[in-house]
Amino acid sequence: MLRLEGIEAGYGAVQVLRGLSFAVEPGEVLCLMGRNGVGKTTALRAIMGQVPVSAGAILVDGVAVQDLAAHDVPKEGIGYVPQGRRLFGDLTVAENIEIGLMTRGRDARVREKVLTIFPRLRERLGQISRTLSGGEQQMLAIARALCLEPKVLLLDEPTEGLQPSMIALIRDTVVALKETGVATILVEQRVDAALSVADRIAFISGGQVAETVDTGGMTEQSPQFAAYVGV
Amino acid sequence: MSLGSIFLLALLEGLVSASVLALTASGLSLVFGIMRVVNVAHGEFFMLGAVIAWFVSHWVGGPPAVAFVLALGVAPLVVGGIAALADTLVLKRLNYEPEATIVATIGLLYILQQGALSLFGPNALPVPAPFDLRLQLIGFGYSGYKLAVIAAAVVILLSLWLILTHTRIGLVMRATQIDRNTARAFGINVDRVYAMVFAMGAGLAAIAAVLIVPIQQAHYLMGADPLLLSFSVVIIGGLGSLRGTVVAALLIGMVDQVIPIFLPVVLPDYGAYFTPTLAKILATLVVALVLVFRPQGLFGKRHA
Repeated sequence: MLRLEGIEAGYGAVQVLRGLSFAVEPGEVLCLMGRNGVGKTTALRAIMGQVPVSAGAILVDGVAVQDLAAHDVPKEGIGYVPQGRRLFGDLTVAENIEIGLMTRGRDARVREKVLTIFPRLRERLGQISRTLSGGEQQMLAIARALCLEPKVLLLDEPTEGLQPSMIALIRDTVVALKETGVATILVEQRVDAALSVADRIAFISGGQVAETVDTGGMTEQSPQFAAYVGV
Repeated sequence: MSLGSIFLLALLEGLVSASVLALTASGLSLVFGIMRVVNVAHGEFFMLGAVIAWFVSHWVGGPPAVAFVLALGVAPLVVGGIAALADTLVLKRLNYEPEATIVATIGLLYILQQGALSLFGPNALPVPAPFDLRLQLIGFGYSGYKLAVIAAAVVILLSLWLILTHTRIGLVMRATQIDRNTARAFGINVDRVYAMVFAMGAGLAAIAAVLIVPIQQAHYLMGADPLLLSFSVVIIGGLGSLRGTVVAALLIGMVDQVIPIFLPVVLPDYGAYFTPTLAKILATLVVALVLVFRPQGLFGKRHA
């Protein structure tokens, strides 16, 4: 569904991704893990067209998106939950959802579906989004991305700074999406969170995938975590 | 005239100034608020609106009202078109870098100013008011057209507010203002939004100019004052805040008119001091105080 082939990208003269390649299939959760600065967030930003790609290809169902304008990328069915949520903080919850809906011309049916997943947002529709709690903001960030009815969902550290009950809710949401066939790429620092939802983990080092492992046989003591994440 | 009548006259003159200023400054504020571009050429868009109004009134026959209504439609469209072109050809290529766009809009200022001089000449160009109506108020007669200017500005500003707060395009503009990268991640064509906003900002200045030109006359150098006053308004009101822009325009418009009209009557011994220059000095002082004590403006938000 989504395939990165030999992606090279960076910021100005600083090259961060050096031949990054991986793929994620429908209904699969691929977790990107690695130390700070190895290129996990840059990989997601490159997929979204926010970082210029100097070499390689990004394919969504066979369609190359690396040369599209950034605003055309989500129209290919890629939903993005950026690090730090990046809500439109001065807009209400309803307006943030409306922005998500208009991306691919979705309607009230999708809005209803999303609000059913996150009923707490329904109670807060008129609230300015920056006044929500951290957990509610993360719900809204995910809800906004789900309004696209994405084929591929990119989640950048969605559990960062959240309390356990909220982490559990996000995990349950990702699992539910997986069952509907959404391909998910998750950037995660928490080993337990990664193991609880991911089908595979791609360990990134030096801007490329150093090792990809099925999570089936992994535990928090697996040597890859010490080698590539430093935990 | 009684003291009350003179005060009412000063208030009305202040309201006329404030109305036109609020329209002009709201364009500047919109452009900075959404695009983060300090448009030094904004006053020239105002000037272009005025000379286009003259051009239309000069070349269209019939009653002045017809030419005026036509100018009110043509001027913002032409000026908005020029602005959109400038955005696409210049500002976009500079990636909207703050310093580079300041220099670029200074260049645009001179191009537009000298272009107007070449095409329309150095003389003041009169534009007739669309109607000639004099209303008898308490103790003095007052131009019905000036009252119409105030009413028109109120309607346009309300429309702008409604567009920004109650329409999809307004929502898109506000989202772009908050975070352009995230806006792109949700399918918003930021380049198109910017071109539209730049055109809207210029169009507002052009409308303001068409409204005031029957009172002031058009001239190729007339852009400087509205630019400086708009900057004062936007700094006092808070960049990107429409409410702040209106309040600050009222403040500056009133100071600009009440001081030279009303105070010399109340304090005749000091009458010589109450000049339009003093009003501008006071406005500048307010700008300085706001910059020192509340740099985000009265209604602006402090950015981290």
